[in-house]
Amino acid sequence: MARIKSKNDSPLVPMPSDSFIPQRDLGKTPVLEAKHLGIDFGGLTAVDDFNLTIGRTEIAGLIGPNGAGKTTVFNLLTKVYQPTRGTIMVDGYDTKGMSTVQVNKLGVARTFQNIRLFNNLSVEDNVKLGMHNQIKYGMAEGILRLPSYWKQERIAHERALELLSIFDMDGMAEAKAGSLPYGAQRRLEIVRALGTNPSLLLLDEPAAGMNPSETAELMENIIKIRDTFQIAIMLIEHDMNLVMGICEGICVLNFGKVIAKGTPDEIQSNPVVIEAYLGKKKEA
Amino acid sequence: MKLKSRKLKKTTVIDFATYIGVVLAFIIMNTLKNQGMLTRSLTGQLIPICCYIVMAVSLNLTVGILGELSLGHAGFMSVGAFSGVVAAMSLQTVIPSEPLRLAIALVVGAIFAAIAGTLVGIPVLRLRGDYLAIVTLAFGEIIKELINCLIIGVDETGLHIVFNATGTKSVNDLGLSEAGRVLIKGAQGATGTQTIASFTAGFILIMISLVVILNLVRSRSGRAIMALRDNRIAAESVGINVTKYKLMAFVTSAALAGAAGALYGLNFSNLVATKFDFNTSILVLVFVVLGGLGNIWGSIIAATVLTILPEALRGFDDYRMLIYAIVLILVMLATNNPQMKTLFAKLIPVRRGEKVNG
Repeated sequence: MARIKSKNDSPLVPMPSDSFIPQRDLGKTPVLEAKHLGIDFGGLTAVDDFNLTIGRTEIAGLIGPNGAGKTTVFNLLTKVYQPTRGTIMVDGYDTKGMSTVQVNKLGVARTFQNIRLFNNLSVEDNVKLGMHNQIKYGMAEGILRLPSYWKQERIAHERALELLSIFDMDGMAEAKAGSLPYGAQRRLEIVRALGTNPSLLLLDEPAAGMNPSETAELMENIIKIRDTFQIAIMLIEHDMNLVMGICEGICVLNFGKVIAKGTPDEIQSNPVVIEAYLGKKKEA
Repeated sequence: MKLKSRKLKKTTVIDFATYIGVVLAFIIMNTLKNQGMLTRSLTGQLIPICCYIVMAVSLNLTVGILGELSLGHAGFMSVGAFSGVVAAMSLQTVIPSEPLRLAIALVVGAIFAAIAGTLVGIPVLRLRGDYLAIVTLAFGEIIKELINCLIIGVDETGLHIVFNATGTKSVNDLGLSEAGRVLIKGAQGATGTQTIASFTAGFILIMISLVVILNLVRSRSGRAIMALRDNRIAAESVGINVTKYKLMAFVTSAALAGAAGALYGLNFSNLVATKFDFNTSILVLVFVVLGGLGNIWGSIIAATVLTILPEALRGFDDYRMLIYAIVLILVMLATNNPQMKTLFAKLIPVRRGEKVNG
């Protein structure tokens, strides 16, 4: 499969946590370090002993069969669920006991598998909501429309259009988010997440429901986002063209456990991965 | 600086239309009133209409914009009414100017209702949907019963307050001096209140509520509140503090209801706490639903029409409420009927093909 070249291409190097990060990110605090992460729902262990390190500008992939626990890992990293075991370090800070809001302020932003936009608000307002914590004025200033309101809103407006222009969506800023076509809604979710000024962007099936040409465009855009914002991106995806095309490190999950880690080439030829996806070969 | 030639936003136009509509309505009604061209019953209703408009607009903030059903809005009106009456009456000798005393009463009413809103909101807003609605209903009733137990009097040493929870205490327990006056007599409510409420004050209060709510909705905080309504999980994922903004909307709504209550209380010489019962909460909710959730000018029109309607139907005697109910059902059906909507859209070309959202 053809890999999309990016100006950041560099080989993977091993980390102490039995993970790999791109060589260019060595010597910088990893954006994410998950150690022995696990969660139980009642008696069911959904994720167990999940270890992962993501470099500052890495594009990482999380794949696995349906029900493997991929979205659960995202929910753990964003503290929608509190982990039963293990630690999550974001930017070198332990996130123990933090809420979704606090983790977001630390720099973790995400999109959702089933799109969750603010459907009754305009596209621009959706992006401005992503920028909520960057816009600094209070309730009273907003009601009284003090100069700070006008100034901050103008900056927010310009920044929102700038972010929307990454996906050529600045023309539809006034449209209602709920009225956008499916692909545009997925892209808007990414723009909204970028609005929070993240250092790690988690994308949950960004290419779901997209046709091949839209997917190809999305791949270019993911690389473009990483290169312009210099952030790390981790994505869950079933489209193997996308995963193998842009991810540097890939982690394969099955039944809540990591079964393989490595570069796209290593993953594609790994017999354990093939078995997880296709089943065991019958002995002749 | 670069000149802005950009077309005005649709929302800005609707906001301005709302302000202008209210100002025009006030000028027309005030002229008619001064010319003596209004019937006595309608003149008497002008201030209550103002109060109900503010109630409807403020409840729309909780129900339409925050998206949480509250059934205890009359409770905050009640807190505002009685604290406003106490403030206005006890300052009677200190501040002779009636408009100033009225303004202070409205502010006091708003503050006390905001405090009540905070106390109720902190536990209640942890719940969602139907559960929240039922608990607000309960709190509305609790507020009513608590005020029913209050006996308040004033003399030269200050306010005297007795809490008559067991029903054994009376006005004599206040220990008022010779010059003292009783302001609130428990279940008999506030009696002998000097009616200093004016139509102009009602108009100003409506304008203030509109500025507060419309500007809030178009600001950072208002966006966060609407984001909670549309998708709470997504709102959290972009770093929006759920409790803070829920409470902000709820308390603002309660404060405006408190100011409306104070105006209402100072319009009648006698006022009992049972006036602000469940029925009043539902009445205001009907204004909001009929006017359209999140639609501010809709709330204004619905509150006006439905306050006038029962009086206008007085000629039908016993069948009055029956006809009121039928009109209500017909209006609800008409506004939610797709065919009627297309018909309206044809009649009013501006609205064609799009839902107008307050």
